[in-house]
Amino acid sequence: MSILVDSSTRLLVQGITGREGSFHTQQMVEYGTNVVAGVTPGKQGEQVAGVPVFDTVADAVAKTGANAAIIYVPARFAPDAIYESVAAGIPLVVCITEGVPVVDMVPVYAYVKEKGARLIGPNCPGLITPGQAKVGIMPGFIHQPGKVGLVSRSGTLTYEVVDALTKAGLGQSTAVGIGGDPIIGSSFVDILKLFQDDPETEAIVMLGEIGGSDEEEAATFIKKHVTKPMAGFIAGQTAPPGKRMGHAGAIISGGSGTAADKIKALESAGVGVARSPSQVPVLLKEAMQA
Amino acid sequence: MDVHEYQAAEILARHGVPVNPGQVATSPDEAGAIARQFGGTVAIKAQVHTGGRGKAGGIKLAHSPDEAKAAAAQILGMDIRGHVVNKVLVVKGAEIAKEIYLGVVLDRPARQILVMASAEGGVEIEQVAKESPEKIIQRRADPMLGFLPYQAREIAFALGLDSKLVNGFASIALKLYETYVKEDATLVEINPLIITKSGEWLALDSKMSFDDNALFRHAQTEEMRDIAEENPTELDARHSGISFVKLDGDIGCIVNGAGLAMATMDAVKLYGGEPANFLDVGGGAKADQVAKAFTLVTADPNVRAILINIFGGITRGDEVAEGIKEAMERVKLDVPLVVRLSGTNAEEGKQILADAGISATDTMDEAAEQVVKQAHA
Repeated sequence: MSILVDSSTRLLVQGITGREGSFHTQQMVEYGTNVVAGVTPGKQGEQVAGVPVFDTVADAVAKTGANAAIIYVPARFAPDAIYESVAAGIPLVVCITEGVPVVDMVPVYAYVKEKGARLIGPNCPGLITPGQAKVGIMPGFIHQPGKVGLVSRSGTLTYEVVDALTKAGLGQSTAVGIGGDPIIGSSFVDILKLFQDDPETEAIVMLGEIGGSDEEEAATFIKKHVTKPMAGFIAGQTAPPGKRMGHAGAIISGGSGTAADKIKALESAGVGVARSPSQVPVLLKEAMQA
Repeated sequence: MDVHEYQAAEILARHGVPVNPGQVATSPDEAGAIARQFGGTVAIKAQVHTGGRGKAGGIKLAHSPDEAKAAAAQILGMDIRGHVVNKVLVVKGAEIAKEIYLGVVLDRPARQILVMASAEGGVEIEQVAKESPEKIIQRRADPMLGFLPYQAREIAFALGLDSKLVNGFASIALKLYETYVKEDATLVEINPLIITKSGEWLALDSKMSFDDNALFRHAQTEEMRDIAEENPTELDARHSGISFVKLDGDIGCIVNGAGLAMATMDAVKLYGGEPANFLDVGGGAKADQVAKAFTLVTADPNVRAILINIFGGITRGDEVAEGIKEAMERVKLDVPLVVRLSGTNAEEGKQILADAGISATDTMDEAAEQVVKQAHA
């Protein structure tokens, strides 16, 4: 079992004929993801990696029964792409695109919520249920089916920890990269809820970073609602205030959003916070045996 | 991206907010001439991208052109929190009857834009938030409808403004919200927004920051960028698609991915070192990017060793290794280099590096430990 995506996922790729879109479609198909349709306006009738291309999402959904969408379009078109998929009734939309302006994301977030859909990202690596569906840009081979749910704000740091988990014999139920922007569709809390309710997820790893207060909110939620063993890591302990560390959301501002605060909040919620990514599996095993 | 006070005032004026007239001077003579033109009392204000100008002596009142000239002479060239003052803004003195704080920011947890005001104008809002949060009046803009006139009036009434002043305040608050949205700001702040003794509203000092991700649709804002306020290496990096932030340590870091780059810095610290920089090479790690990264990192004379940490995902380890090899042929390194390569085709990559006489470690911890040791050998 898993959350959000599995072998029943019928994936639609927005921006499928672009450089990123076509490359990753190939990768996802090779992994075994059921990619049923692609959309690029004006390219209907073409094929990418054997996947038929449509002009509109609505048409693609009507003809293929797609139930999840992944977006690879450039930042200036990404909000429109999200609206199109949500309006077509797709319940899960994953936006990989980096660099979407925050002012655009404010109404996007509200619209997605109002329509009852779920958005992952933007500026995220996507999500994967090992052995069933890879809906993202992560390297599939480092994952292994298992019982650890992982949720993270970063990309390569997630791979680092997934790799460490796999090498430690801890397979994953689903690994979700929620993205590094100030406004993202799904927060730690949203994903933690799903892992807590998923009977096949037995333990949870959470990887945070500086900026915002999502980790603190997660800590409050964990204290009240999460009964499964957890371990975590917070990147950016050495980051200086006022500087954006790559991700638009990774900035310590006005003395808030520091790694120290986030570590303290998680530890007070009973989550062991590793000092280095390699320590995550160690702490998780301890928590699972406790 | 940040802009100077005088530029923020320009943008506000464009959106119809009444701002205090002022002109920029880069020499004491110029400041004196502007003061003469204005007549009466003027304020001379340092234009730097940092707060605390007043406390540092970067804002002075002058009652005559000579005083203005003298004040500008003192302020120009001053170092305020590491920012050298190259420009001063000369503004007309205003007779203040009441000072208000008015700002627009993103409320991240609510995913909404927040308009906030306080009757404690002129004081840093962070201080008010800490000491008496109840004095900050807040209203969130509806994500679909925006910030509405009734909300602006609610703020005005909550501030205890005289009813004659409510509409004027509301109009400015609405324009400030519009400025935030239309200019893709991340912060728009007027502090203080004043009522003059003759009953007019005036933005006396303003501050603005912009969303870097939205600059593609704001050429006018991009033109306001003050190169003197930016770290030249950071600027150079950005042109190559590399995120770089200069830090104070002596271990250069080159990493793929922002989260992993931060984690790598943390690992360096954990093993007793101090990172010299944050550097995310971006998606790929081809020779050009790695060579550029070497140049950026070694431009810092403090760097005593370099750590490359690449987790190959879609980027293949063998490609990365070729990139490192080629970059080393182009850029002569005179400090030790430690490479950590993992993920896709890591073994092939390590073989390529070994053939070129570069050893690579398997884990981040090993690499961090080694680089710290080598830097201090």
